[in-house]
Amino acid sequence: MVDFLIFLEVVLNGLMAGVMYALVALGFVLIFKASGIFNYAQGVMALFAAATLVGLINGQVPFAHMISAITGVKVHHFGWHINAFLAIALTGLVMFALAVVIERYILKHLVNQEPIILFMATIGLAFFMEGFSDLMWGSELKALDVGIPKGIVEPLDEATFNAFGYGMYIDWLDVYATAIAIILVVSLTLFSQYTKTGRALRAVADDHQAALSVGISLRRIWVIVWTIAGIVALVAGIMWGSKSGVQFSLSLIALKALPVLILGGFTSIPGAIVGGLIIGVGEKLFEYSIGPMIGGATENWFAYVLALAFLIFRPQGLFGDKIIERV
Amino acid sequence: MFYREAGDFKTSYAADGQTFPISFDKARYFFVLFIAFIIIPLVINDYWEKSILIPFLVWSIAALGLNILTGYCGQVSLGTGGFMAVGAYGSYKLMTAFPDINIFFHIVAAGGITAAVGIFFGLPSLRIKGFYLAVATLAAQFFLVWLFNKVSWFYNYSASGQITAPTRTVFGIEVTGPTAEPWATYLFCLVFVFALAWIARNLTRGRMGREWMAIRDMDIAAEIIGVNPLKAKLTAFAVSSFFIGIAGALYFTVWFGAVEPTEAFGIIQSFRVLFMIIIGGLGSIFGCFAGAAFIVLLPVLLKNIFVGMLGWPTDLAAHLEFVILGGLIVFFLIVEPHGLAQLWRVAKEKLRLWPFPH
Amino acid sequence: MNFKKLALATAATMMVAGPAMADLVFPSLSYRTGPYAANGIPFADGYADYLTLVNQRDGGIGGETATLLECETGYNTEKGVECYESTKGQGALLYQPLSTGITYQLIPKATADQIPVHSMGYGRTSAANGSVFEWIFNYPTNYWYGASIAVNHMLELNGDDISGKKVALVYHNSAYGKEPIRTLEELSKKHGFELSLLAVDHPGQEQKSQWLQIRRDRPDYVLMWGWGVMNQVAIQEAANIRFPMENFIGIWWSGSENDVIPAGDGANGYKALTFHQPGGDAPIFADIQKHVVDAGLAAGAGDQIGTVLYNRGLYAAMLAVEAAKTAQELAGASDITPAQMRDGMEALSITEAKMAALGLPNFGPEFQVSCANHGGPGLGAVQQWDAASGTWSMISDFSGPDLDVIQPLIDEDSSAYAAENAITPRSC
Repeated sequence: MVDFLIFLEVVLNGLMAGVMYALVALGFVLIFKASGIFNYAQGVMALFAAATLVGLINGQVPFAHMISAITGVKVHHFGWHINAFLAIALTGLVMFALAVVIERYILKHLVNQEPIILFMATIGLAFFMEGFSDLMWGSELKALDVGIPKGIVEPLDEATFNAFGYGMYIDWLDVYATAIAIILVVSLTLFSQYTKTGRALRAVADDHQAALSVGISLRRIWVIVWTIAGIVALVAGIMWGSKSGVQFSLSLIALKALPVLILGGFTSIPGAIVGGLIIGVGEKLFEYSIGPMIGGATENWFAYVLALAFLIFRPQGLFGDKIIERV
Repeated sequence: MFYREAGDFKTSYAADGQTFPISFDKARYFFVLFIAFIIIPLVINDYWEKSILIPFLVWSIAALGLNILTGYCGQVSLGTGGFMAVGAYGSYKLMTAFPDINIFFHIVAAGGITAAVGIFFGLPSLRIKGFYLAVATLAAQFFLVWLFNKVSWFYNYSASGQITAPTRTVFGIEVTGPTAEPWATYLFCLVFVFALAWIARNLTRGRMGREWMAIRDMDIAAEIIGVNPLKAKLTAFAVSSFFIGIAGALYFTVWFGAVEPTEAFGIIQSFRVLFMIIIGGLGSIFGCFAGAAFIVLLPVLLKNIFVGMLGWPTDLAAHLEFVILGGLIVFFLIVEPHGLAQLWRVAKEKLRLWPFPH
Repeated sequence: MNFKKLALATAATMMVAGPAMADLVFPSLSYRTGPYAANGIPFADGYADYLTLVNQRDGGIGGETATLLECETGYNTEKGVECYESTKGQGALLYQPLSTGITYQLIPKATADQIPVHSMGYGRTSAANGSVFEWIFNYPTNYWYGASIAVNHMLELNGDDISGKKVALVYHNSAYGKEPIRTLEELSKKHGFELSLLAVDHPGQEQKSQWLQIRRDRPDYVLMWGWGVMNQVAIQEAANIRFPMENFIGIWWSGSENDVIPAGDGANGYKALTFHQPGGDAPIFADIQKHVVDAGLAAGAGDQIGTVLYNRGLYAAMLAVEAAKTAQELAGASDITPAQMRDGMEALSITEAKMAALGLPNFGPEFQVSCANHGGPGLGAVQQWDAASGTWSMISDFSGPDLDVIQPLIDEDSSAYAAENAITPRSC
């Protein structure tokens, strides 16, 4: 029984880790669906959003280091603290402004380019934002606390311990992340099914040309999509940042989302969730059971190999649109 | 005015099909070779060798390799770092196992080993396409790096897992190790670059290159006109990996002399080579050099301007470096999505008539 | 090609226009950007501030101004090599590479160029053998000594008997993380504890499986060789599974404020090794406030002063300056060369009286470097985190490693290096 509980514990933790990956993957999917862009900058957007949030909460002066280097004026803090919820809302506004800027100065000029060129442009954007984010908020490690509890879920631990003699471990942060992910997916689904903008979004995803011809403004849609992706990045940034503090490594979480993405299919929101769960459970079980035999630290490559194995059978991912090729 | 093509008349197909049909181009080409082979070795110093020229040459080879795969055959790969690691560890094992054989052959053999590994990891390309393939090649990237980190045989059971290149000579002149002269290591790399660029140029305009380009432009159509996609894709992976393997071997033996896989061959290197070929120009040999020069030299140049000349704090300079590099990438893509090679072509067109455009 | 030539030509002019040759040049290969910036900033600040203090308060080292040449590496080996090549021509006296990867690059290069390298508490452990590694120093301590000091701490807590105990090592899957494995394996044979190894891949944001394994196996002690985000996540996960934090011991690179603060109260009681005092109580900090911060010359924002990594940078600079002073005495001249600097480092002797005179009483261990021993006696101590007051405090005295076990390992590794690179060890 204890063995089964341990197994279940690994699976549950894997599932929840998968949700965390899916949160990042979601941002990729949204943008890819609406504009066919593989947005490499998604990870950096999460870093930027989280750094902005911490900066706002703590009343940090943006560009403080640059100001002091140029003018000699040393100001680092405004001296006030903003309520976390207000700060999240303000960060949302910043992400909206970012979306407008990206659309205005990059995307508009690159309409109808090949996917690899657009991909490259997002890499340029990632570089830019990496430097910009550090210039603006500094590259020190910043603790992020928006009131999400962390640590073991005690009721479950006690209940399982009393019943079976083995207390199961689940992290509160993961539970909250799961709840938030569910809310996020449900509201995204509702938004795209029942609002006018949402329907326009789906139309654009189906066919750019046709959408344009019925009078949908592509540029407006892109701003909306990038804003939503920015907010998803903010959520991912909050979740990962609460765990490890806000720092440069936050931008590397994109790498954890890529196998999720190809497994689930670039164009499917449910795919991102299911893909995340499969990758999460798969890599945890592998590392936990087989990892110690072959030296451990297998998670990075195993996620990709697992995704590759699925791709051999379904080249468009589990839920991706069927690839139809014509000469 | 500055770029003339008038007066060149060809009387045979062979003469017309040469790489530099215009005599002005040919003269310029020989001039560059003259500078590279004769002048630079005379004036090179440690800083230029280790920070500018060797990096440029090594990354050029890697860019040539990836450009064959991505630019000519249309298969996007993000496994470059992993394949470079195969080249590096291959050359290390060969160098330590057969110390009497000339290092030149070790490096070529390391390229051969990488080609074999490349074919294996290229197999999924027969079924998976586009970004799906790009992400799938990351499996190779992460797995290979993990492998070289974990299996002690690859690093001869050394305590820390670092591999160190022993001193080796060519014609009695040291080309690896800390005491090697800058001109020797530079010329050693340059010979590889020259030979490989020549091979790449001739492969890509031959039958094989045309098959690759047919696959790139539309694989189904290519298949219908009789191109074997299995053969074309796998040869592209093999040739590309051969180049990248040699780049990895030189990176380790000549440039650094000591590496550990996690950092030296991390995913960031895979992206770097991809940047080079996209910025330089997909499907262009010149573009590989231009892209490598851009990615290698720009940060060094910016650093020297900000820190050396303006005396700014180093961290501010480093952040601005990122901002400017990112901004320039986006700017170049907007101005000329087909890379520096295309800009160069446009410039040549302009120069043909300049200063009398009418 | 014209772009390339333009760039090269511009770069050439840049090089000529570099900073002028200064008196005593100390390059600082810092990393204020990149994945480990959070740790690199305080260290670089401490290093810079101490040199500024020496210039401001004492008028330099023996009358010569100490010049800091800062070069940004981003913890990247390639940039580190570029920094080395671009600064070595400017009279650099001593390199502190600040990364294991860069250290391994510089060991052969600096040896060939005859410039000393000081890898303080990192780099290649066997460089402690001065007869093989003439130009490389790693005093006051190193990773193998660190592993032994951690085991000694466990022995002390358990009345010198840890046979049958379970010890897990959570390590960064890189050259750095693999360093202690060999030593711990030898020590586990000697003391009879059971060692299990848990690798964490770079960068280390996801460690659920490793900590679930720890939860299942219930080791008595967990050691950690972590770096960057891996530390914060590991400490958070340890707190989550309610692993007793006082049995969780990190290496000195896993023991700064940055590593424990994100975990909040959960990190209370976490231990880490150190080879210098944490905190800002030493008298020297008043001088730094007066001569550096108030004068507007501080390298950073000033909020890092007194943190563990700031103190480490300060300590590194102090050792460099003391070595330079020793070199000046030996050479009988104030303007020393890298070779004389090397001699000064080999004759370096840090005593309590000396540290007290510098305003750093009991700050680090007392030690003596010699021609044969570039690693010193390898003394280290254990510090513990108190989350309520937000301070690290030392809970043990500086004590030495088990040299019976480690010295043979060092000799073996350094002679292997000597054989590989055809070095004839000099006689000391």
